[in-house]
Amino acid sequence: MGAYAYRAPSSVEEALSTLAAEAAAGNRAQMLAGGTDVMVQMRSIDKGPRTFVDVKHVAEANALHIGDDEVFIGAGIASAVLNENDELKSILPGLIEAADLIGSTQIQGRATIGGNLCNSSPAGDTIPALIACGAVCEIASPGGNREVPTEDFVTGVGTNVLEPTEFLIGLKIPRPKGRSSDAYLRFIPRTEMDIAVCGAGVALTLDDSGVCTAAKVSIGAVAITALVVPDAAAALVGTTVDDDALAAAADASSALAKPITDKRGTVEYRRKVVGVLTKRAGAIARDRALAL
Amino acid sequence: MSKQHVSTTINGDEVEFLCEPHQSLLDVLRDELGLTGTKEGCATGDCGACSVMIDGRLVCSCLMLGVEAQGVEVTTIEGIAGADGLHVIQEKYLEHAALQCGICTPGFLVASKALLDHNPNPSEHEVRHWLAGNLCRCTGYDKIVRAVLDAAEEVHQSA
Repeated sequence: MGAYAYRAPSSVEEALSTLAAEAAAGNRAQMLAGGTDVMVQMRSIDKGPRTFVDVKHVAEANALHIGDDEVFIGAGIASAVLNENDELKSILPGLIEAADLIGSTQIQGRATIGGNLCNSSPAGDTIPALIACGAVCEIASPGGNREVPTEDFVTGVGTNVLEPTEFLIGLKIPRPKGRSSDAYLRFIPRTEMDIAVCGAGVALTLDDSGVCTAAKVSIGAVAITALVVPDAAAALVGTTVDDDALAAAADASSALAKPITDKRGTVEYRRKVVGVLTKRAGAIARDRALAL
Repeated sequence: MSKQHVSTTINGDEVEFLCEPHQSLLDVLRDELGLTGTKEGCATGDCGACSVMIDGRLVCSCLMLGVEAQGVEVTTIEGIAGADGLHVIQEKYLEHAALQCGICTPGFLVASKALLDHNPNPSEHEVRHWLAGNLCRCTGYDKIVRAVLDAAEEVHQSA
């Protein structure tokens, strides 16, 4: 029988030794970022003692860097901090709009992108957006840091590649160069604060003549994990991202989707709508890139 | 189960308390510190009745552990009024009859204060968007929105 405990390590090393000590003692340890999922789950579906290890005091996880080649978003950075950063919004508008879609002002004040990823819900809004913009997870591990592309991070509903002695330090995102931009759209029956019926993230690069030279498309809430849609990206590359290319990308997303029927939508509906979202997000990303 | 010692600042006062590691800040405020102005509605972060500010940022105190308050500045509804009377936002809520049963009101007031601290001259859309995490089943929201816009105007004119 364990008990509840709380630790607030200040460095990666201290956090790793805390996780290792808890594991050695047979205690359950759970990383805590914004707590907006953890606290709700602790009172409902996931009761029971554990040691909370607060990532927000780990210096490396509390960092936000916008470098010439890379953006680093620490796992403890609240969504509201990202939304208020105009530079970040201009270089990664799709990722930031995905983060901004999640919850109320109050939730935004605590919730983190890292927490959204580690919660590993099939409907997590930032996950397709992270995948589209090529984000890589920086994971603290007893053997040294390791990096995992976001598309390989989530392994199932609520599960991911993290071992009990590891934690997510943050996300490394290649800084978009030239005429590159991204967009994320989700569908919900209301206008705000709901769980995605489905979602689509698109990141692309255009050359000087407006021809797409690189693209990545990811769709969410239409399978147990967010999916990469290589055929949708291939449909965009080499085109001016015109209506025909977007229609082909939409078909590719619909074809790859493996949704379920639940109270939010049927298989047929989700498959249709995820294509529409792919098309619309692609057009937004194109227009953003053209405006650069 | 051992209680943890926490040093924090609440409404400008230095405060120390002991709490269970898994106790929410909301429960600490109400049950350990007697600050019962902050209300529990849903305890799942949906209703905003438990809204407080942490270092000036609006959060749900039901979704935060009491131990996470170590070293931060907490502002609750008890800290909104000044020594010389109600805050202008509170006065405008009264003037516009922006409350009925009152359970949501402390959360709305703290959220409204956070809004005007953040954006002293909000549009109606910005007020509605900012307050979308606070639920009220009595007023229909319109009076609340009018009260906040009126308070913003008064703050703006006196600034």
